[in-house]
Amino acid sequence: MALQSLDIIRRSATTLPEPQARGAHAGQVAKLIDVSKCIGCKACQVACMEWNDLRDEIGSCTGHYDNPPDLSDQSWTLMRFAEYENPKGDLEWLIRKDGCMHCADPGCLKACPSPGAIVQYANGIVDFHEENCIGCGYCVTGCPFNIPRISKKDNKAYKCTLCSDRVSVGLEPACVKTCPTGAITFGSKEDMQQHAAERIEDLKSRGFAQAGLYDPMGVGGTHVMYVLQHADQPQLYSGLPANPKISAIVGLWKGISKPLGLLAIFATAAVGFLHYIGIGPNETDEQDEEAARRELKNELEKTP
Amino acid sequence: MNTKRKAEEIVRYETPTRINHWIVAISFVLLALSGLALFHPALFWLTNLFGGGSWTRILHPLIGIVMVIAFALLGAKMWHENAMQPRDWQWLRQIKDLVNNREDALPEVGKYNAGQKLIFYTIILCLIGLLLSGIVIWRAYFAVYFSVELIRFASLLHAFCGIVLICAIIIHIYAAIWVKGSVRAMTRGTVSYGWAWKHHRAWFREVTKGQQK
Repeated sequence: MALQSLDIIRRSATTLPEPQARGAHAGQVAKLIDVSKCIGCKACQVACMEWNDLRDEIGSCTGHYDNPPDLSDQSWTLMRFAEYENPKGDLEWLIRKDGCMHCADPGCLKACPSPGAIVQYANGIVDFHEENCIGCGYCVTGCPFNIPRISKKDNKAYKCTLCSDRVSVGLEPACVKTCPTGAITFGSKEDMQQHAAERIEDLKSRGFAQAGLYDPMGVGGTHVMYVLQHADQPQLYSGLPANPKISAIVGLWKGISKPLGLLAIFATAAVGFLHYIGIGPNETDEQDEEAARRELKNELEKTP
Repeated sequence: MNTKRKAEEIVRYETPTRINHWIVAISFVLLALSGLALFHPALFWLTNLFGGGSWTRILHPLIGIVMVIAFALLGAKMWHENAMQPRDWQWLRQIKDLVNNREDALPEVGKYNAGQKLIFYTIILCLIGLLLSGIVIWRAYFAVYFSVELIRFASLLHAFCGIVLICAIIIHIYAAIWVKGSVRAMTRGTVSYGWAWKHHRAWFREVTKGQQK
């Protein structure tokens, strides 16, 4: 989406406020993915590549339904298929549409060193601006969900944009538009939470006592949420993290170490400067030269 | 060697060593500038010196390789002259005399004093840390082989070693400005007899031993 949208609330590697005259007064947006309704048809993957003009390389069968095998610069969303044998001995096919979660507190944005390569809009969407991307991969390091991918062709980072271009003109994301079962819905975050609550109630009445909403608070909540049949065990869904948050190491690296590091450098230089002003240089004078000559002379006299 | 050299000068660094030192030095300056540019947003403008953010990202690790190789050669040459000796520890205990320019109160010093030796080891440790962590976070070629947890740790370690190294080199450069006559050792290769006698007396005696003049 264009940078002139005047509704950027956060921008990578930037210390001053961004154009933010326009807010999301109708509420922040969210995509709700109801895993219990997903049939794994991959229409969302196709819609994504159509709308965003992406074509991943034709791969080879890796022995499971995941196709392509992983997210890539060309595949911004991916159905991940997990076979789960529940305690009753029944097989459950847990199919999770993987992709960017659009965290309220995005680890990618925190880690990015390039001003404006990653932005967060007032409506909650986290977007990459590839023209500012320098290809360092720090977003990959910062992401708690293993989402961004660096293109081998141009060394830029790519991921789901939540169709920020479509959303900005009042359309729903392409995957939502195409989903034939209504497993993916889109609207204000509030509406989606309400919709999820209804779905969870329904699932509970059908025997999924642990059904719940996945909107992890460790990253401030997300703008892509899941309805899970087993919300107490999100890791069943192809390793969805139970309690995702920005790693403490990333927090240290991108937090206190920045001011402390610069302070250490300036302090070292300042101590040197003050030492020179206060105590002054250590000079070799004529007396030292004389002493050296004298010693050398004595030395020469000693040696025959 | 150089026949035009004045009589009262001692050769401290031969030409190859000096060239090597300045390869390391120039690499270091480029690395510090490009590294700081990606370390703190307030310094991102430094990427303009390298042709923009992407060029900074491309060049930084390559210059790093140059520095590591050049320093390895330099360090190997200086290794045996940097072993800590008992008198070095005494020298460190009297660091107050040093900073107050009361050098005559300090124990005799060989080719390198204890401060120089500690800087030498600090540089080695930092370079090992920077090289290993730098490979782990080198996204274009190597990062794919490492777990994200390791990459996170390496990112922090790289920043830490970088800051320590920059501080150590600031001390190194300041020492050269502070102790007059030192810079000449690395530019022209020579120091005066008086300089050697005052700052590195044991080394002075060693190199002038049996000198026929």
